[in-house]
Amino acid sequence: MTPAEPPSPHPPYDWPDYGSTRWRAPHRPLVVLPENLTEVSGPLLGAERVGERDHDLTRQHTGEPLGQRIIVHGRVLDGDSRPVSDTLVEVWQANAAGRYHHPGDERPTAPLDPNFSGAGRTLTDADGRYRFVTVKPGAYPWKNHHNAWRPAHIHFSVFGRAFSQRLVTQMYFPDDPLFPNDPILGSVPEPARPRLIARFDLEATEPEWALAFRWDIVLRGGRAMPFEPPAP
Amino acid sequence: MSAALPTPAQTVGPFLSLGLAWPDGPCVVDPDAPGAVRIGGRLLDGRRDPVGDGLIETWQADPDGRFPQPGDPPPKPGAFRHFGRCLTGPDGAWEIVTLKPAPLPAPGRATEAPHLDVSVFARGLLHRVVTRIYFADEEAANAADPVLRSLPDDAARATLLATPVAGGAYRLDIHLQGPDETVFFVL
Repeated sequence: MTPAEPPSPHPPYDWPDYGSTRWRAPHRPLVVLPENLTEVSGPLLGAERVGERDHDLTRQHTGEPLGQRIIVHGRVLDGDSRPVSDTLVEVWQANAAGRYHHPGDERPTAPLDPNFSGAGRTLTDADGRYRFVTVKPGAYPWKNHHNAWRPAHIHFSVFGRAFSQRLVTQMYFPDDPLFPNDPILGSVPEPARPRLIARFDLEATEPEWALAFRWDIVLRGGRAMPFEPPAP
Repeated sequence: MSAALPTPAQTVGPFLSLGLAWPDGPCVVDPDAPGAVRIGGRLLDGRRDPVGDGLIETWQADPDGRFPQPGDPPPKPGAFRHFGRCLTGPDGAWEIVTLKPAPLPAPGRATEAPHLDVSVFARGLLHRVVTRIYFADEEAANAADPVLRSLPDDAARATLLATPVAGGAYRLDIHLQGPDETVFFVL
């Protein structure tokens, strides 16, 4: 017996609690795209994209950024729990005060940190492992609704092996009291929300230097038989 | 191997350029390479206002219908990369420079017309939207394309057809919503 297709883990496009969806969410029914050659292939973005300090967001300036130094690490896996090696992982985040080093974040109430840009990238190793050193981002207010605050999070972008696996998402920290009021995390079907929350990882903590969090990323696919073109 | 549950998507948010801007992103190939074509347009919302904080990513075959295989060396700078990435400007404009892809074989002895797969990311999109770019001057190939044929009508198909413009470029606006809403796919 073929198991039923599991429900999508992804948020719906139309999510009124998140105001920016109002004029941007598509309204027409989506069309199923078969997984042919373009969909089952994907970019090989190699080490040439990654600088020596790109994985260490605390060493990209002359001084150290303020905030709680943390290690964020984990594995990129496919739907069969197989490691996705040599794939590009890109991250961006607010600084410890909850301010983005971005011209669009103009709030005067939270300071910029001259020693923190908040962007990093790395390649997964042969076991699909990635590791970043950074500071814990602060929560920040936004104007979605009255007294709206985003829980602390790090944005992640992952390629995988195929166009069909491309994923951009956010990683959250355990036990954040802001979760219940966040419409962005809340847009994810409830059973899948815990998959966006890292766990505290005492084992990976470096004594007297940095706390650690572990977060695995699972891309879709792995079992599907890709379409092979007919032999010439 | 045990099954693992997929990680949900989340929006790129308004500050995506911090992590996703590549200076060479729009250049799928060196703009001076023989056969290089520009493909561009605007990203618009349901009020036809520009989406100035979006990202367009493209993925395609090369002019011989090939894709990189696992284990291939990464492309050299300026060499054809199959992959393009362009942030939208304040006017919603995006543009990539690439080579036109070849038609591709598909199941059932069908042939897919030359196309690019496209991901659109933006604040307000909780998950990427996926679409395709076809070439309006490939009429015969488009008429036989199984994906275009699966669409309900010519108006829907037209939302995926980039139009030739002066200088050998192609133009296609992407409408996230509204009467001209682009056809989006689910994978």
